[in-house]
Amino acid sequence: MKNINMEKARLLQGNEACVQGALYAGIQFFAGYPITPSTEIAEGLARELPRIGAKFIQMEDEIGSLAAVIGASNAGCKAMTATSGPGYSLMQEHIGYAYITETPCVIIDVQRGGPSTGLPTKVSQSDTMQARWGTHGDYTAIAVAPSSVREVFEETVRAFNLAERFRTPVTVLTDEVLGHMREMMVIPEKGELEIVNRKKPDVPTDWYKHFDLTADFVSPMAAFGEGYRYNVSGLTHDQEGFPTAVPSEIKEKLDKLRNKIERFSDEIFKMRTEMMDDARIAVISYGSVARASYQAVKIAREKRIKVGAIQPLTIWPFPDAQLRQMLSGVKRVIVAELNMGQMVHEVRRVAPKGTEVFFMGRYDGEVMTPQQIVSKIGEVK
Amino acid sequence: MTTEVQHSDITHHYLRAKKKFPNVWCAGCGNGIVMGALIRAIDKLGLDKDNVAIVSGIGCSSRMPVYMDFNTLHTAHGRALAFATGVKMAKPSMKVIVITGDGDALAIGGNHFIHACRRNIDITTILVNNRIYGMTGGQFSPTTTGGAIATTAPYGNYEKQFDVVNLATAAGASYVARGTVYHVQQLEKLIEGGITKKGFALIEAVSNCHTYYGRLNREGDAVAMISWMKEHAMPIQAAAKLPPEKMVGKFVTGLIHETNATEFCEEYDRLVERLAAKEAGK
Amino acid sequence: MTETNPKLDVSEKEPSANDKYAGKLPPLNIFLHWCKGCNICIAFCPNKVLEPDRDGKPILAHPEKCTQCAICWLHCPDFAITSNYK
Repeated sequence: MKNINMEKARLLQGNEACVQGALYAGIQFFAGYPITPSTEIAEGLARELPRIGAKFIQMEDEIGSLAAVIGASNAGCKAMTATSGPGYSLMQEHIGYAYITETPCVIIDVQRGGPSTGLPTKVSQSDTMQARWGTHGDYTAIAVAPSSVREVFEETVRAFNLAERFRTPVTVLTDEVLGHMREMMVIPEKGELEIVNRKKPDVPTDWYKHFDLTADFVSPMAAFGEGYRYNVSGLTHDQEGFPTAVPSEIKEKLDKLRNKIERFSDEIFKMRTEMMDDARIAVISYGSVARASYQAVKIAREKRIKVGAIQPLTIWPFPDAQLRQMLSGVKRVIVAELNMGQMVHEVRRVAPKGTEVFFMGRYDGEVMTPQQIVSKIGEVK
Repeated sequence: MTTEVQHSDITHHYLRAKKKFPNVWCAGCGNGIVMGALIRAIDKLGLDKDNVAIVSGIGCSSRMPVYMDFNTLHTAHGRALAFATGVKMAKPSMKVIVITGDGDALAIGGNHFIHACRRNIDITTILVNNRIYGMTGGQFSPTTTGGAIATTAPYGNYEKQFDVVNLATAAGASYVARGTVYHVQQLEKLIEGGITKKGFALIEAVSNCHTYYGRLNREGDAVAMISWMKEHAMPIQAAAKLPPEKMVGKFVTGLIHETNATEFCEEYDRLVERLAAKEAGK
Repeated sequence: MTETNPKLDVSEKEPSANDKYAGKLPPLNIFLHWCKGCNICIAFCPNKVLEPDRDGKPILAHPEKCTQCAICWLHCPDFAITSNYK
């Protein structure tokens, strides 16, 4: 903890920081369903949202929760839900609905052990791939992964910004450890962090196309009740939002969903690195594991091993170009995750030819320790 | 017929000019008749098009909103009420109308259905009941008549049925009605009443799927099935005076249940006010 | 041609001078492009004003009998029939 202003600092639980981040970002609607270890987010917003005149509802299940969030977003609200693995699985159909209808919304997934009911009170990072491929069909995902209480706050704000900028659902992958741990943090002042709002239409109502193909592939978005009477449908549709079966229109729509994110992925990219300048070995990790990695790399450096740490904060779109560049001088890479191997497949895919990729996974519900990572570094060097 | 009937082409003023017509439904499908009744009800009430949101799920009746010039949201199978809850909470001053079907609302959507009734949220739901899954080719639904043939009940339906009106009433809806696609003017009035009602309004519109249900069960074409509704519907005022023997084979139509109960969005607003007052009083 | 298909004959019929609507707009307006020939308006008309053509779509066979009762346009699922007077 460096240079923290102790007068302004608060001891916040990760889930509480998520609540504060959502409030900072200007959340106007939350719908959720209780599920360990995310419940504190719903509870915090149940207390805070009525106090600021924003809307809170506990829906009858996770499916209904994301449905209500999407409905509210189309009615103009910045909207969010929070859940864990089992609920995230239930939400997949509507995540796809949000993709195809280009509805901005934020989904917090406080990951726990799976599959199925799994380990409600123990940690894992096993939804990494689900965040990219969970729902059926072709689409491009945005997912971010904080690794500290402060980052939970910042990434929640960033998730809202990305959702609004790209008119898409954004998943924040936290986990049971981050959700329930407590750290000191200073909540930023108003104006310190950028807040992004969706582009509004600048044409007369008769000329408005809810899925207008623009230069940056992101259509301005009017809300229900603002005078633009448009149609939103989960059926593959044309620029007006009417269902289509015309092959060129279908392709145009799906290309748009991909292009709007892939062509502007620089705006989404976020990564943190430590001691990578002269590193011959790199430890790639994310979420709560990154905390252990930074510690492990420090310990290994004391033993004169040239190792560095790479922490992607944006998980999806995966930082292909940036990671490939970063690994160009690196001989060996260790990918450390709390699962049986998910991000490692992406790393293998983009690693340059001369770089060897090693996987270390922990999936017994316990945290990855710095010592474990140090051992692995010793093994591969 | 009364002289209160609007101009005969009023429906045309509420259709989306950019949509393809004729509509996608089979010739004689009751969905189009329900759409007409809905549009006339909205017109009679003088609602502002910009202030109306129509939300539907998946199924033949759920194709309705796209044709109409309002704020329309065509969602996932069974989930219209959950989406509509979000829309209504976000913009409580909008009139939110849900179009759903017997399968969409009562099978996959059953959970959202009972909770929307329980909350008594100010949404008007028109449940078009054609006793079958039409869009997917004729499978049985939770309202398919006992003994009827469907593609997934090829030996006759041995499952029991929901009574839509009883279910909605028991779950807490404050306005529950049943109409048919034959008795269109009654249907229109029931829809008007439902939209006006502050609370959850459920209007079951008994409709015909002659393409699947009718063909599989030899109930005839659209005219035959709609004529059946004419013969077997009994308005609730008349039914009340009849002995039970006379009601065999008949079903009750009209406003069957109405009560006054606090509405969900209003309750939430009251909470917000209370908290604001507390904060101001500090 | 007229011997084999009497229905065609009906569609070519001109209203007579005694007809209620002679020289004026006919009672009903039929949008053949939107009509699917479902037969509802024809079957439920209490005065048998409409008769089917070879596609099953309505023809104004007896316009003089139309009482503007509205059953046809209230029940048309395709909004394909309207009145010129209401």
